[in-house]
Amino acid sequence: MTDVAVSHLDELEAESIHIMREVAAEFERPVLLFSGGKDSAVMLKVAEKAFWPARIPFPLMHVDTGHNFEEVLDFRDRRVAELGLEIVVASVQESIDAGRVTEDKGPKAIRNRLQSVTLLDAIESNGFDAVFGGGRRDEDKARAKERVYSFRDEFGQWDPKNQRPELWNLYNGRHKKGEHIRVFPISNWTEMDVWQYIAREAIELPSIYYAHRREVFLRDGMLLALTPYVTVLENEEVIEMTVRFRTVGDATCTGAVESPATNPEDVIIEVAASRITERGATRADDKFADAAMEDRKKEGYF
Amino acid sequence: MELLRFATAGSVDDGKSTLIGRLLLDSKQIFEDQLEAVERTSREKGFDYTNLALLTDGLRAEREQGITIDVAYRYFATPSRKFIIADTPGHVQYTRNMVTGASTADLALILVDARNGVVEQSRRHAVIASLLQVRHLVLCVNKMDLVDYDEAVFDRTCADFSEWASKLDITDLAFIPVSALHGDNVTQHSPNLSWYGGPTLLHHLEHLYIGSDRNLIDSRFPVQWVVRPMSDKFHDYRGYAGQVAGGIFRPGDEVLVLPSGLTSTISAIDLYGGTVHEAMSPDSVTIRLEDDIDISRGDMICRPQNAPTVTQELDAMLCWFSEKPLQENAKYALKHTTRSVRAVVRNLHYRLDVNSLHRDETTGSLGMNDMGRVSLRVTAPLFVDEYRRNRTTGSFILIDEGTNETVGAGMILGTGD
Ligand SMILES: Nc1nc2c(ncn2[C@@H]2O[C@H](COP(=O)(O)OP(=O)(O)OP(=O)(O)O)[C@@H](O)[C@H]2O)c(=O)[nH]1
Ligand SMILES: [Mg+2]
Repeated sequence: MTDVAVSHLDELEAESIHIMREVAAEFERPVLLFSGGKDSAVMLKVAEKAFWPARIPFPLMHVDTGHNFEEVLDFRDRRVAELGLEIVVASVQESIDAGRVTEDKGPKAIRNRLQSVTLLDAIESNGFDAVFGGGRRDEDKARAKERVYSFRDEFGQWDPKNQRPELWNLYNGRHKKGEHIRVFPISNWTEMDVWQYIAREAIELPSIYYAHRREVFLRDGMLLALTPYVTVLENEEVIEMTVRFRTVGDATCTGAVESPATNPEDVIIEVAASRITERGATRADDKFADAAMEDRKKEGYF
Repeated sequence: MELLRFATAGSVDDGKSTLIGRLLLDSKQIFEDQLEAVERTSREKGFDYTNLALLTDGLRAEREQGITIDVAYRYFATPSRKFIIADTPGHVQYTRNMVTGASTADLALILVDARNGVVEQSRRHAVIASLLQVRHLVLCVNKMDLVDYDEAVFDRTCADFSEWASKLDITDLAFIPVSALHGDNVTQHSPNLSWYGGPTLLHHLEHLYIGSDRNLIDSRFPVQWVVRPMSDKFHDYRGYAGQVAGGIFRPGDEVLVLPSGLTSTISAIDLYGGTVHEAMSPDSVTIRLEDDIDISRGDMICRPQNAPTVTQELDAMLCWFSEKPLQENAKYALKHTTRSVRAVVRNLHYRLDVNSLHRDETTGSLGMNDMGRVSLRVTAPLFVDEYRRNRTTGSFILIDEGTNETVGAGMILGTGD
């Protein structure tokens, strides 16, 4: 990397820090969504920088689908302990048990969509008024349209046809009781920027982001990990391969990619050569419909 | 690598999204799954060709109506530059979204349909770009395929625009003929436009001299947040966190703090775990001072010999976004740097007619998408510079206190009437 590329990262970092400080200053009760994935790990690092040497002045929240990779939960708990922060774990299983949501039936059922209800319930019951998410505009065509400060009404809904103008770096966080703002401090980062930053800052990630041997099977064009949460169908064959994950979400709908990349530098080379988007390659949740992300976001999804 | 931020502009259907799609596709920035999705949708909709606008028109409503509604941000890099694109809507109803996209742009690509030439909405967008001080404009005469790639049409359109735009504040203006649909002159020269001797659009974007619009002279540091760790290790630590909005700050510099008017010296500039020798825009840092003075969010750290104007009277150009018109004597919440105050409109001097560029001084209000000059009085002093000198300390937004909507954006011309 030349130092000029580094200066581009500096500019992105400075913008993200600015956003986080604005939120800390102007909201009563912000929270940062921390899944243990790479984007939230980057967001957490930026938050650490924004308030150093003081502690991050808001809690974290994890929306837990119950279908986790163990490595990710370990990583989450370790980071939280290191930073001395409070974490709210909002459980999709509890929403199911309480009858707030109904799970789809069948071997291919996934819990992704159910998360919105759990998330919104947790936002309401904890009184959060600003929720930091690690969404990036390069991830998806609906995300590409979203503001840094994204207003949610009292039902948690996003109205993409009626977003507030957002000029310069002047953010309007005003809202009424019951409404909230989703804030995306790393909106302008690309997958490549995220990996370059991970490399530069030596940010630790869950080990599943790097090559490892794992039992996987092919479903709908994706390599799914064999976990206790999936049912392998008769025509599906489980094989062991060297894989890594490009994104990390619910274990039942996050695909792995075959890869020998064992460190951030290797991953950067892979990302540069990739011909498929990270979501296209690895997320079953976005394959169902052209506007899957937009529809989920309207309902209150991340 | 240099970063160029550019926004599209121009009237509805003039081909902005198609052009961005073409630019991304021909510079190999489109992933296979993205292209497949767009090809599939185009087939399903019964189009004769792949509609490249679908690469950026990502919302359901946009796809249904075949127009852009809100800005799409796209990122791409060539060996020579990194780009952030804001593809904005042309429809007059969504002008405020175009303003959103253009507010951070270094360059605006104004598209016109070669068949129609420059129309009112192309002019409105050009005026907005000029008010926002977007330094570089490119007039792209698009759909050249529909006028038989006729040089005379191109020349006429350019002459038209130049004559009208001569009254605007534009530093750099270029003209490029293209066909976004067929890709003529977007990333490659085209035999259809053999009469055209200039660069392709991509070449222009890659090689244009952008210089820096960073202001390295006027030191401005709006305080966002006071860092008080309350820990044993950093017991007496007190730092002022913010993003440098101009000039250069160094340890040892004497500084003036507004509004208190007290002076002190920078003892250190902190950046996560360490200190730095200097900070300049757009660095986000934490400044420590030698003296314990009372500083809070909304205060401004600057230099004793070079301070912004401290004022409660603003003279500004305003873009109005709300269906509810701006009226004299109306009150709004105003956000400027890290300060939030209330403002009253004391005087609406004129509304700008975007076609003739005449000042309509008889108007009593500004309607949605209008631009005009106003005088405001605010409830507490602001620390301002002229917008043309500093985009950060020269800009503000107005918020409706009832609905919480952002209703206007202001660019400061000066103080008082
Ligand atoms: N023949 C021809 N058609 C074009 C060209 N560029 C765009 N079009 C067509 O013009 C129509 C509108 O194109 P868009 O790219 O959606 O226009 P736009 O400027 O983005 O429109 P808004 O975003 O809604 O303001 C589409 O049907 C395009 O296929 C061109 O160079 N030649
Ligand atoms: Mg468009």
